[in-house]
Amino acid sequence: MLSTLGWIVRRDLMIAFRRRADIFTTLVFFAIVVSLFPLGIGPELKILRLIAPGIVWVGALLASMLALELIFSADHRDGTLEQILLTPQPVALLVVGKVLAHWLVTGVPLVLMSPLLGLQYDLPWPALQTLIISLLLGTPTLSLIGAIGAALTLGLRSGGVLLALLVLPLYIPILIFGAGAVEATISGLGGEAHLAMLAAILVASLVLAPLATAAALRVAED
Amino acid sequence: MSDGTTESALTIDDLCCARGDRVLFRNLSFAVGDGDLVHLKGHNGSGKTTLLRALAGLLLQEAGEIRWLGRNIRKLREEYSRHLLYLGHLNGIKGDLTAVENLRIAATLDGFEISEARAWEVLGEIGLKGHEDLPSKHLSQGQKRRVALARLLANDAKIWILDEPFTALDITAVDLLQDVIRRHLNAGGMAVITTHQEVAMIGDRTRTVLLGQTHA
Repeated sequence: MLSTLGWIVRRDLMIAFRRRADIFTTLVFFAIVVSLFPLGIGPELKILRLIAPGIVWVGALLASMLALELIFSADHRDGTLEQILLTPQPVALLVVGKVLAHWLVTGVPLVLMSPLLGLQYDLPWPALQTLIISLLLGTPTLSLIGAIGAALTLGLRSGGVLLALLVLPLYIPILIFGAGAVEATISGLGGEAHLAMLAAILVASLVLAPLATAAALRVAED
Repeated sequence: MSDGTTESALTIDDLCCARGDRVLFRNLSFAVGDGDLVHLKGHNGSGKTTLLRALAGLLLQEAGEIRWLGRNIRKLREEYSRHLLYLGHLNGIKGDLTAVENLRIAATLDGFEISEARAWEVLGEIGLKGHEDLPSKHLSQGQKRRVALARLLANDAKIWILDEPFTALDITAVDLLQDVIRRHLNAGGMAVITTHQEVAMIGDRTRTVLLGQTHA
């Protein structure tokens, strides 16, 4: 059972590696969105430091949403999704594999790039550390929850917009705790409580989201 | 359309399927036993693909029941999938992966892990010698179909559900596929297929199920 999971992750990583452009689109989008704000607002460091956590997190949210359509759409188009639904393994488990691969190619680069973008906002080192940890805990949740939306909007014509409407409201708690963690670190309160909440949300969605996604995929193929 | 009198492995009981508001067929009953080949016939839009997808468990029927060894396939789910090989209109292969990678992944998903050497062997057998490690998107339509069909050789599922398996294949590949299906049936397997080609020569237990007679 775990070997199938491994194969799914390997498969998706191989495909992602052969179509690198998709990964870079997300990453460049994230960099541009986050970089636009200092240009628009001006070089007032105090203001920049104040808005930094929110902006980096919103950028991450949008970038991760942009990448969501990639999770299932190609598999749906070429018929591999129906094969995945017909495997003798629980579909939810394979969903975990697909989301994991998706997070590795879209989420992890985003996390790695965030401290660089944080520097534009003159964030101090402890705040950058918290930013990395909060994104590390938050982005897998974004992928997990987003996968439900991606599965629900599979095969719809205006799926992209609908996906945003479905998923963005569900991202709000992650945004609040993610940006909150960084803010709390800057203000000296410490972001541990927020990070613990992010971890809790991650665990809950890891258990529940794949089941919902699997059910949505079955409906999409019906 | 004959109702199996012996205890058949796969039983379709009073099935009714619809797409949207249109009922495609109703009161459809037949049984598939070991060594049986069921050939679904009907005009375009008569519900052949719908029936195959319902048989695979991808699609929920309006009424009726599909049973595998006496138990509803909806309840069996993964246990039923283990015995099933479904090949639809879409080949289910990834253009960015090579034929070998596609075959190995498909086999793993089917629950039969195969070695790299075995994958090369099977692809040679299906007539893809020399194309094993090309990205599948560079293959022709017929070659892509062959990659998908290679799963039949790397798998010992009992029920084969094949939707137009002969499309895009050349004459040698058609012969080869007929031979593969014949071997499967002789080994006690069963197959439900749709095709516009004559397949009467496959096996001696070929039955035809005609769709599109019952209109709402």
